[in-house]
Amino acid sequence: MGGGMRLSRIALAVWTVLIVCFLMFPIVLIAVYAFNPSNVQSWPLHGLSTKWFSQTFQNDAMREAFWLSIRAALISTGIAILLGSLAAFAVHRFRFFGRETVSFVILLPLALPGIITGMALNSFFTWGGLNFSLTTIVIGHATFCIVTVYNNVLARLRRTQASLVEASMDLGADGWQTFRHVTLPMIATALVAGGLLAFALSFDEVIVTTFTAGAQNTLPLWIFGNIRLGQQLPQVNVVVLCVIALTLIPVFLAQRLTRDTGALRPVGGGMAGAGSRTRVVAEAPPGG
Amino acid sequence: MDGGEGLSAGPVSAPTSASASLRRARGRVSAGLFRRAWLRATLLLGAPAAWFVLLYIAALVILFISAFWRVDEFTGKLIHSWTLDNFKTLVTEPTYRTIALRTIGIAAAVTVTDALLALPFAYFAARLASRRMQSLLFVIVLIPLWTSYLVRVYAWRLILAQDGILNWALHKLGLGSLEVAYSNWAMWIVFSYIWLPFMILPVWLAFERVPGSLMEASSDLGARGWTTFRRVLLPMVLPGIVAGSIFTFSLTLGDFITPTLVGGAGSDFIGNVVYRSVGIASNVPFAAAFATIPLIVMALYLLGARKLGAFEAM
Repeated sequence: MGGGMRLSRIALAVWTVLIVCFLMFPIVLIAVYAFNPSNVQSWPLHGLSTKWFSQTFQNDAMREAFWLSIRAALISTGIAILLGSLAAFAVHRFRFFGRETVSFVILLPLALPGIITGMALNSFFTWGGLNFSLTTIVIGHATFCIVTVYNNVLARLRRTQASLVEASMDLGADGWQTFRHVTLPMIATALVAGGLLAFALSFDEVIVTTFTAGAQNTLPLWIFGNIRLGQQLPQVNVVVLCVIALTLIPVFLAQRLTRDTGALRPVGGGMAGAGSRTRVVAEAPPGG
Repeated sequence: MDGGEGLSAGPVSAPTSASASLRRARGRVSAGLFRRAWLRATLLLGAPAAWFVLLYIAALVILFISAFWRVDEFTGKLIHSWTLDNFKTLVTEPTYRTIALRTIGIAAAVTVTDALLALPFAYFAARLASRRMQSLLFVIVLIPLWTSYLVRVYAWRLILAQDGILNWALHKLGLGSLEVAYSNWAMWIVFSYIWLPFMILPVWLAFERVPGSLMEASSDLGARGWTTFRRVLLPMVLPGIVAGSIFTFSLTLGDFITPTLVGGAGSDFIGNVVYRSVGIASNVPFAAAFATIPLIVMALYLLGARKLGAFEAM
């Protein structure tokens, strides 16, 4: 029986190594492809080169798409921080009718298939006579980004002690002072972490954006279009490497900031509800 | 904490008269707000509630109402009269039935595959790995989760291509070549890869929650490893598997990017039809009707999942 035990342990370890390879291999491979000197994306590569990098960075369409993505992500993140933390405070502080549904509704844009959110917004904008622009992209992104801030802030508020706020009020601070000097420092890192995750989520989103961008290209749409049509693939490879770096850095920072609460799992306790130790792992992109 | 200094300094230091009156005014506002909890709650919740109700919920409601409208074939205009024609087309046209079945079938296959891949991994990570190993494995699961979705699909497109690394490796091993590129097989592989972290994490968590004493008790009572796994562990991690399956199933169901990039000519998903109906044919009513299928399937799935305790497992 002991032998069987050891055998199954070895089998499990081997399986784990295989899964690790499976998970990491495509990401390593795509990073290598950025240095493919050839126009043709076949394996094996014939040498390594950085010759596509400068060309890529001078590509105007790509740069325009990149800046549109950055602007959309920054504005969406701002909106998400504002609305997400407001909602988190309300849910944390008060008991009111429909309180239980708040978490559910905020999670909905991320839980529903992206095509549904995208199509709903698309026909809504068309119906309301709103032209597709940066605004429409931002509305879509902010809607599904709010949940990351909301969950992070709510989780933090639930772990902080109400007595600190009471002590501050007892010592004569008014509501604003208490917020500025007691509450804000307590939730600051959760806010930043939620914001970074919102940024990463927005920067990467494709499905909803295809419905809300009209003729504009965000960076993911530029990549998607080129892959689909098989155009400018060497440049796509370079951009893809940069995108990996750009999304992993904020996530890494967010993780450092909230080691204790595990914010890397952006959708926290949303469906499970209050106080649960665990957090739902979700979606990164509603492309996910 | 830096707030402490500000607090104690505030009331004690002698304020100028202007800031004193400002403080009094602020004090009145804050006291007024303190007495009226409903007002504070409304101020806090007002903006987010307005955002969701006016933009998101309104858009969803209009979408599902529009599933019962139709588009005039000649003018291309929406006709706001109630009709079930869109749903009739869905049921009677075999093409759409095939597409719906393909979508649901592949989503189910991906879910089962991910559960099978994740179970042994999660068991090892939760119960056998050292602490250092655990945090390493955690990062390795999170990196693909946070790497751009498009990037990962693109990577697989390169891997599975006729002249890609998979066929190169098979050729080196003398195994000939595989024709998986642009097929349903490719979609199955890519979806399984993309959503695997979503299955691993809840299952891992579920394994962590099983008390070690329970397994000892089982083996003390004479159960072999396999029996312990089947009779003790599996029922306890089932909610975790179901929780993960919500993501793998739902995310596959609503996708159209992966079918577009790695699927073949006959690999349309519901999402592809919906996308074309909105973008190219401008037939939002039909798209909305078709989109109700994943929605209904997901609603039923979530109801079942709740019965199995999946929501407590998240």
